[in-house]
Amino acid sequence: MSGPVSAAAAGQPRVFLVDDHAMFRSGVRSELAGHVQVVGEAEDVAPAIAAITEAVPDVVLLDVHLPGGGGQAVVAAIKPQLPDVRFLALSASDAPEDVIAVIRAGARGYITKTISGPDLVDAVLRVAAGDAVFSPRLAGFVLDAFAAGAAAGQERPSFDPELDQLTTREREVLRLIARGYTYKEIARDLFISVKTVESHVSSVLRKLQLSTRHQLTRWAAERRLT
Amino acid sequence: MTGGPASAPPWGSAGQDDGASWGTATDHGWTGPSQAGAPWRRHRFLSRWVRGPGSPLPLRREREGRLAGGVMAGIAAKTGIDVTALRVCVVVATLLTTGFVAAIYVITWLLLPMTGEDTNIASKALADKRGIGLAAALASVLAVLLITASSLGAAWLNAPAWPIIICVCGLVLISRNGAADERLQLRRLVEPLLGTADTRSRERSLLRWLLTAGLIIAGLVILFHGKERFDLLIPLGGVLLMLSGIAIALAPWWLRIARDLVEERQARIRAEERADMASRVHDSVLQTLALIQRRAAEPQEVIKLARGQERELRAWLFDGQEPGTIKGEGVTLSGGIRQIQQDVEAQHRISVDAVTVGDCELDDDLQALLGAAREATVNAAKWSGAETVSLFAEVEADAVSIFVRDRGRGFDPDAVPADRKGLAESVHARIARRGGAAVVRSAPGDGTEVSLTMARASDRMPRRA
Repeated sequence: MSGPVSAAAAGQPRVFLVDDHAMFRSGVRSELAGHVQVVGEAEDVAPAIAAITEAVPDVVLLDVHLPGGGGQAVVAAIKPQLPDVRFLALSASDAPEDVIAVIRAGARGYITKTISGPDLVDAVLRVAAGDAVFSPRLAGFVLDAFAAGAAAGQERPSFDPELDQLTTREREVLRLIARGYTYKEIARDLFISVKTVESHVSSVLRKLQLSTRHQLTRWAAERRLT
Repeated sequence: MTGGPASAPPWGSAGQDDGASWGTATDHGWTGPSQAGAPWRRHRFLSRWVRGPGSPLPLRREREGRLAGGVMAGIAAKTGIDVTALRVCVVVATLLTTGFVAAIYVITWLLLPMTGEDTNIASKALADKRGIGLAAALASVLAVLLITASSLGAAWLNAPAWPIIICVCGLVLISRNGAADERLQLRRLVEPLLGTADTRSRERSLLRWLLTAGLIIAGLVILFHGKERFDLLIPLGGVLLMLSGIAIALAPWWLRIARDLVEERQARIRAEERADMASRVHDSVLQTLALIQRRAAEPQEVIKLARGQERELRAWLFDGQEPGTIKGEGVTLSGGIRQIQQDVEAQHRISVDAVTVGDCELDDDLQALLGAAREATVNAAKWSGAETVSLFAEVEADAVSIFVRDRGRGFDPDAVPADRKGLAESVHARIARRGGAAVVRSAPGDGTEVSLTMARASDRMPRRA
């Protein structure tokens, strides 16, 4: 796979697109052009798994809603064999259960399709660098989910209580993200480095993925019902 | 299905109910009973039972004023004979003929179309393979039961056996193929016996218990009565063997029919949901798409339309709120935030990204806080020059905070332009006397953020949206 193309685009992350709308794929392609190297695209779960295994990209830009089982199926199939491939999920909706499900499946971030071109590029580069990408809305959901758990009390003791709570600092960071701050602005506001902000966000992501707490899923289900 | 009284022709309103059937002739628009000298009033005796001159229209089952199938109400409307008298006659005749009149009634129900309709239920039932299967299954079960019962000494069951089987089969077909309102009527009649009704209803459960008790007592009486003749138990064993044989042979079939019924019901629910969804999508999304195509030359307008539609669709899909309404508007904080988002996006060319964490009910203090947030958002939309405003609200146990942030041109707080000063002062004034606080942070080229906080009354518990 390393040909003259990758040489020309040296240093640029290799990105793979999975979305069932051809129009959206071509739009994303043109927005990403010049910043990343798009190494392939697919429109459904099975072809996506085959092509990603073949291409081994750095980042997979993954639509949550796919006809053949959803974006989670792709993450679940690729993660075990290619742990270094990172997933950035995006969707037109941001139903809480979608967000939580895809993050728990192993995606490094979640953005909505209304995101602007430059923000999309930024998000892809950030995920390629190993960071987590939280949209303001995702930050809101996470705060809500963990707050709901705290309010409900620990009626069932958790396996690892540390995973079930956010630290004060993490909560501050999430709150600033929800307020529309960039990482740089958060760092300035909290007098910490951007790297520290990133490590806080990654830690929240880890808690979100590893927490066995039922509140998370129940919270998502309850939100759906009201 | 041409359901609904709205589609019923005017002559279909014979007798709103039994008690009120005295004035039905007037309802028809025929000569009323008050008009003395009408030909049908000449016979004193007859006039006691005959309520009108009868309808010239063909015989139909009546939708209004029916008790079961509306056959009697139909005959009453056709002949002008009082419906209560007819009903009494039918009940007496049913008892005298060991049920054959009831069977005839059910068959008439199947064959006679309802007012305003041309087809009868039987023609629909012929195409209903599963319904016929179910009816046949029930008939076989009933036949076995009746044969067993009569062979056990209840020979009186022989006479009404056929009418019972015909009635049950007919009612099954009606319940599957009748119009929706007819099914409802039938369900209302059958509910208390099957116990499918609301179990909290005392009289219905009482009725069910009485029925059960009656059957058990009858069974015990028969058992003790036949005690001295044990040779009766020998045919009983044979019957039991026969019964279990039949049950084993037919059980899969019965089970399949039961399962089919469930599946069919689920399919119907799904189809209804799809139809509902289609009509909503048509009313909202398709209309907006059409508008967008027509205004393709005005990008700002298109964005506004798309944003508005997106918000509405999102609210419908994820918060279950009807298009065109804002859930919790004027009631909850998140509803108020959504309202601000919608209004500002509609009135100014800017998108508002709203994120709410937690929710609570609004009181005067929080209304004031929302008012301040609205003013700050409108101000950002007017003056910042940014494309989006972030609106973040968080409900905590002891306070509610709202942050309005833009990445617009910003200003130097030390050299405050008049308009910005106005913002700080008026936003502050709105909430200060209620114990709230407003902080405006800004720097030229760095955007502006207005932070608003308000302490919560301690008795209000946080409520999740």
